[in-house]
Amino acid sequence: MCLGIPGRISAILDEANSLVEVDVAGVKRSVDAVCVAEVDVPLSDLIGTWVLIHVGFAMSRIDEAEALETLRILAEIGELDGELAAMRDSQEARNSHEAMEIQG
Amino acid sequence: MRFIDEFRDPALAEKLFTEIAQTAKRIGAVRERPVTIMEVCGGHTHTIFRYALESRMPDNVQFAHGPGCPVCVLPRGRVDDAITIARRPEVIFTTFGDAMRVPGAEGSLIQARAAGADVRMVYSPLDALALAVANPDREVVFFALGFETTTPSTALTVLRAARSGVRNFSLLCHHITIIPTLRALLEQPDFPIDGFIGPGHVSMVIGTKPFHFIPEEFGLPLVVAGFEPLDVLQSLLMVLRQIEMGRACVENQYSRVVPPDGNKAAMAAVAQVYETRPQCEWRGLGTIAESGVRLAEPWAAFDAERRFEPAARHTPDPEGCRCNEVLVGRIRPWDCAAFGTTCRPDAPLGALMVSSEGACAAYYQYQGMKGAA
Amino acid sequence: MSGEEPISGIGPGGRITLAHGGGGTAMRDLIERVFVATFHPEGTPPLEDQARFDLAAFAAHGDRLAFTTDGFVVEPLEFPGGDIGKLAVCGTVNDLAVGGARPVALSAGFIIEEGLELERLRRIVTSMAMEAARAQVPIVTGDTKVVPRGACDGLFITTTGIGVIRPDYQISIAGARPGDVILINGSLGDHGAAILCARGDLALDVTIKSDCAPLHDLAAALLQAVPQVRAMRDATRGGLAGVLTELAEASRVAIGVDEAALPVRSEVAGVCEILGLDPLYLANEGKLVAVVAPEHAEAALEAMRAHPLGVDAAIIGKVAAEGRPGTVTLINRFGGRRAVTMPSGEQLPRIC
Repeated sequence: MCLGIPGRISAILDEANSLVEVDVAGVKRSVDAVCVAEVDVPLSDLIGTWVLIHVGFAMSRIDEAEALETLRILAEIGELDGELAAMRDSQEARNSHEAMEIQG
Repeated sequence: MRFIDEFRDPALAEKLFTEIAQTAKRIGAVRERPVTIMEVCGGHTHTIFRYALESRMPDNVQFAHGPGCPVCVLPRGRVDDAITIARRPEVIFTTFGDAMRVPGAEGSLIQARAAGADVRMVYSPLDALALAVANPDREVVFFALGFETTTPSTALTVLRAARSGVRNFSLLCHHITIIPTLRALLEQPDFPIDGFIGPGHVSMVIGTKPFHFIPEEFGLPLVVAGFEPLDVLQSLLMVLRQIEMGRACVENQYSRVVPPDGNKAAMAAVAQVYETRPQCEWRGLGTIAESGVRLAEPWAAFDAERRFEPAARHTPDPEGCRCNEVLVGRIRPWDCAAFGTTCRPDAPLGALMVSSEGACAAYYQYQGMKGAA
Repeated sequence: MSGEEPISGIGPGGRITLAHGGGGTAMRDLIERVFVATFHPEGTPPLEDQARFDLAAFAAHGDRLAFTTDGFVVEPLEFPGGDIGKLAVCGTVNDLAVGGARPVALSAGFIIEEGLELERLRRIVTSMAMEAARAQVPIVTGDTKVVPRGACDGLFITTTGIGVIRPDYQISIAGARPGDVILINGSLGDHGAAILCARGDLALDVTIKSDCAPLHDLAAALLQAVPQVRAMRDATRGGLAGVLTELAEASRVAIGVDEAALPVRSEVAGVCEILGLDPLYLANEGKLVAVVAPEHAEAALEAMRAHPLGVDAAIIGKVAAEGRPGTVTLINRFGGRRAVTMPSGEQLPRIC
């Protein structure tokens, strides 16, 4: 449900009706930007903004910092977990070593 | 493509596959009792199949493909209403492509078009409104389908039509809401789901708070997720980690698009134009209280139901459908006797075979009949 | 030029009328001054009821006659990268070419809806003539009918073609063998995406050109380099998915496709993202899929890439050594495997 795709606002088509042009990989389309516009701020401020588009409406501004943060977390998953696993393993090794010592 | 390609990186996906497998093992999930995570949204179902993520899952992790495909759950009676209206000679009936093939008791919109009805596919309700302006001697009806993500777009279109005095435009409204439906699912006895991947684009409109009842009342984790493969995998991992730590809360993996409070302008438009229906019918799930909306009284002129008064028939689901059990993960699609025999994508019997976002159609299309076995 | 001589019976706005199918002077004018004048500008051949061929000339080029027919309907009639006329020539030339046949002659049947603008018809017929000249195949016979408004959509064209196959070419849809390599001559879905956008009802502003092109020369270059090509098909309606599923079924083999290797233009990818479509299922009109033995793969790729219509050629998969016959599996960038099934019906956007 709810297919949404990122596009970049490339032009203002109709300020009064909050219609802007978005660019998705070179494909352009008119979309309604009323949901991402701010009161008393001209639409032209939106040019260059990345938005999430659904059925001809820009429904959310894409937060680039959040996107980078998500990618940073993704990039860390393997490494961090590698370290955690190593810690766990060494802990287990220590535990078993201790156990052996006790038995010994 | 920006904000898409980064989230399709195979190297990162590999790490996630590994980590998901390790976490599932630590949870103690086993093949006989896999940890079962429901992706609520059909868009996620599509991603899972399109990228064959399920084929990379360990045997102790299983997806249950939820009810969030609006065309799948469209009841047959509504399709019949749509066709009744579309057949009127003055009507140009407009719809998203998704709904064209959904069968009612008397066939689909595509078949109605073949029989002479003026049925047209549009990308946006605004395109339907533009058709109305361009054809002042015709009545343009838009089939308003979809969840909370799509509802604002039709509300804003009605507001625009009213503002510009367009009188030959109306909606056949079947917007539905996911929250009451999730509650209805959760209230079923022995609901066999361990956590949820939450609908990212619904949340972009309504925010993340409406999902809080899931951990609070039902003790299950939910992670609001984006729609690229890495989004789905990361969200799955986040759900598994909550389970591992014995926590249950709402997390937001899709923070680049979903603000915690949703979109105020969108919600205001919905509140202005729509009111809750006391009861709403879902294909495969039956009737669920307050799970849909209709145009509020001041907008009655834009309501195709009031304007054309279709019979509003109730057409029961066909016999032999086990969609409901598939939806909650009690059975897999191929456990249903109709799957691939009397129920196929070209002649769907049940809801989940209707769209490629439906679990059965997705299995049929992307795994082939035997792949399921 | 004789094509500009007046044609009797033209309706208001320069449109074709039922008189142009009525067998009288209007019809004769249309045939002589539009069709014959365009297809045979060098001079009018005698108007026999049939084209006649010297069989010995055929036999000099091969040992088998290839014969194919195809009807063309498209909306809009003219679109970026082509029109229904170009499509009608290329489609039939390609059906001959992928059998290894050298196209020899085409016929063209026209069903015209009354009201079609004469100028439009002229443009389309001229485009057909140009394409036929490019393919070095004459349009030798034809037919014209005019039907009442509403009985067809503007213009339908049927072309039939004959060609000659060299004795050493043994190309068959059932010819793929385990271990074989699968190639395509360029990007997927350009025609399908071009038509979707050109229709305008989705209001997408992008100019995607149809890949509509005659493939006989590319096929000849490929066969020159690798006469042992096992199977060849043009990927039209149903897209690459349609061809590969047919190939897997007919050859009783399992096919594996590498998703990362599939060439797709960025605008086509954009349209697919917006509308929730899969380029694997979009139509092409200038793409052929070839199957060759592994030892010929590099030579085949090189031959394709050396041709202007094969610059973006790629090896996209292979026939698996094992696996269930009749299946096509797409292996994606994540190592995930999914079945590619035969498309069912029209591709519809998935939006809501």
